[in-house]
Amino acid sequence: MQRRQLIQTMVAGSAVGVLGLTAGCASTGGATGPKVVVVGGGYGGATTAKYVRMWSDYRIDVTLVEPNAAFVSCPISNLVLGGSKTMADITTPYDNLTRRHGVRMVRDSVTTIDPDKRVVRLASGTELTYDRLILSPGVDFMWESLPGMAKPGAQDRVLHSWKAGPQTVALRRQLEAMPDGGVYALAIPLAPYRCPPGPYERACQVAHYFSKAKPRSKVLILDANDDVTSKGPLFKKAWADRYKGIVEYRPKHTAVDVDASTNTLKFEFNDDVKATVLNVIPSMRAGDIAVKSGLATANKRWCEVDFLTHESRAAKNVHVLGDSIQIAPGMPKSGHMANQHGKTCAAAVVALLTGGQPNAVPIYNNTCYSFVSDEDVVHVASVHRYDPTQKTMLTVPGSGGVSSAANELEGRYAWSWALNIWADTLA
Amino acid sequence: MKPWVKWGAVCVLGVGLHQASAQADPLQVRSWAAGCANCHGTAGIAQPGMESLAGVPREELAKKLLDFKAGRKPATIMHQLVKGYTDDELQQLAAYFAALKK
Repeated sequence: MQRRQLIQTMVAGSAVGVLGLTAGCASTGGATGPKVVVVGGGYGGATTAKYVRMWSDYRIDVTLVEPNAAFVSCPISNLVLGGSKTMADITTPYDNLTRRHGVRMVRDSVTTIDPDKRVVRLASGTELTYDRLILSPGVDFMWESLPGMAKPGAQDRVLHSWKAGPQTVALRRQLEAMPDGGVYALAIPLAPYRCPPGPYERACQVAHYFSKAKPRSKVLILDANDDVTSKGPLFKKAWADRYKGIVEYRPKHTAVDVDASTNTLKFEFNDDVKATVLNVIPSMRAGDIAVKSGLATANKRWCEVDFLTHESRAAKNVHVLGDSIQIAPGMPKSGHMANQHGKTCAAAVVALLTGGQPNAVPIYNNTCYSFVSDEDVVHVASVHRYDPTQKTMLTVPGSGGVSSAANELEGRYAWSWALNIWADTLA
Repeated sequence: MKPWVKWGAVCVLGVGLHQASAQADPLQVRSWAAGCANCHGTAGIAQPGMESLAGVPREELAKKLLDFKAGRKPATIMHQLVKGYTDDELQQLAAYFAALKK
């Protein structure tokens, strides 16, 4: 029988790490308060970890389990592909969550969840007990929808670059190595997927790079959807005005297979397309741990939650947020939205663990900026309010909208948005 | 008796007005305000390039938000976002940020 290493021993072992905090923060060192385990250090999970600590006056013990050493932002990562930002620009360490907020970081991943015993087991074999578990595992890909991608080496050659990190760097290298006159093809899955306008922004960024460095090259967008899913007229205007002769948009192209050895994309109804650089964003679903744990009850893909608390509809004391959830109508899967989920969830978890009531009227705003060049930006915004009758978040009629045209002022606001949300999530 | 009745009515009216502008749970307002932090910073202290909201006088911030909503003040995005909130919610948000330390 394996000995269980429970969180109490970890708390004792890491007490030194907590000593540097203020008196209020250090009060968690005794491990007598309620325990929250957060899984996933992206926009959703990191925000929740920080705000549970802040809003419990540092009385609730928070452990954040994340396999990556640092946070790498998906928003702005398309600018690394375009060449105007670097990986360093989009990378933030987790140090401040520990130093300023007393969040205990565990660099590991969760392999199983036992909601009856309220224990998660990590890849290292460590077990963590919790009073409330918060899952923000993002998305994983439905590789089964593209059988050829299972062949050895296929996923190294045909990249998704839809999780910022090594694949962002690798795709940039492929674009740099591509001879002028080549074709970059981008396959977009049917909605819903992470970041609705992201693929179209990516097309703009690659086209921007080509227009400067490889003007005879093409960007070919192969979209499974009937039309551009977000900011359509604004993106189409950018392609027509700024990238005429470079960008070609083909809707209703559902990719069904990839031959990575020849960079060929196969479709349900259309002719094969061969590209110099092939970038395939596969269909996606809730992160593996959520699916494996039986939480993805909507179409076996997404996790249904109570929008007042983000508690799973399938497991008690387990909360799910971010891109993994079954979205409410009109709610995008975005980092901004995951941060907003995190705050609603954090407030509810603090209330539930301290004898309070969760807030009755959650309101989320969504602000999404897309760079159509290295400077000019278009936005889409919306506000979502809890509807007690329908028990879901509904877009407030008359709220939100898009930019009237791409502009440089919003380019500056977009970069400031990034600096602010990174600080709000991680510092 | 009459003055007492009158005084009582004033009191009730006063309480009513007070409640109309402070009906939401303070923790609810705190959560709404946290929704602004994505752009305007945790606890209203913004990173470079964006306005901080902490410590802005209540009347000034409330006027600004209501002017965005009514279309009296031009904006890139704020005129679209404030339409998701009632006037009363905007007033409460202004009061919340006004009370935060700069």
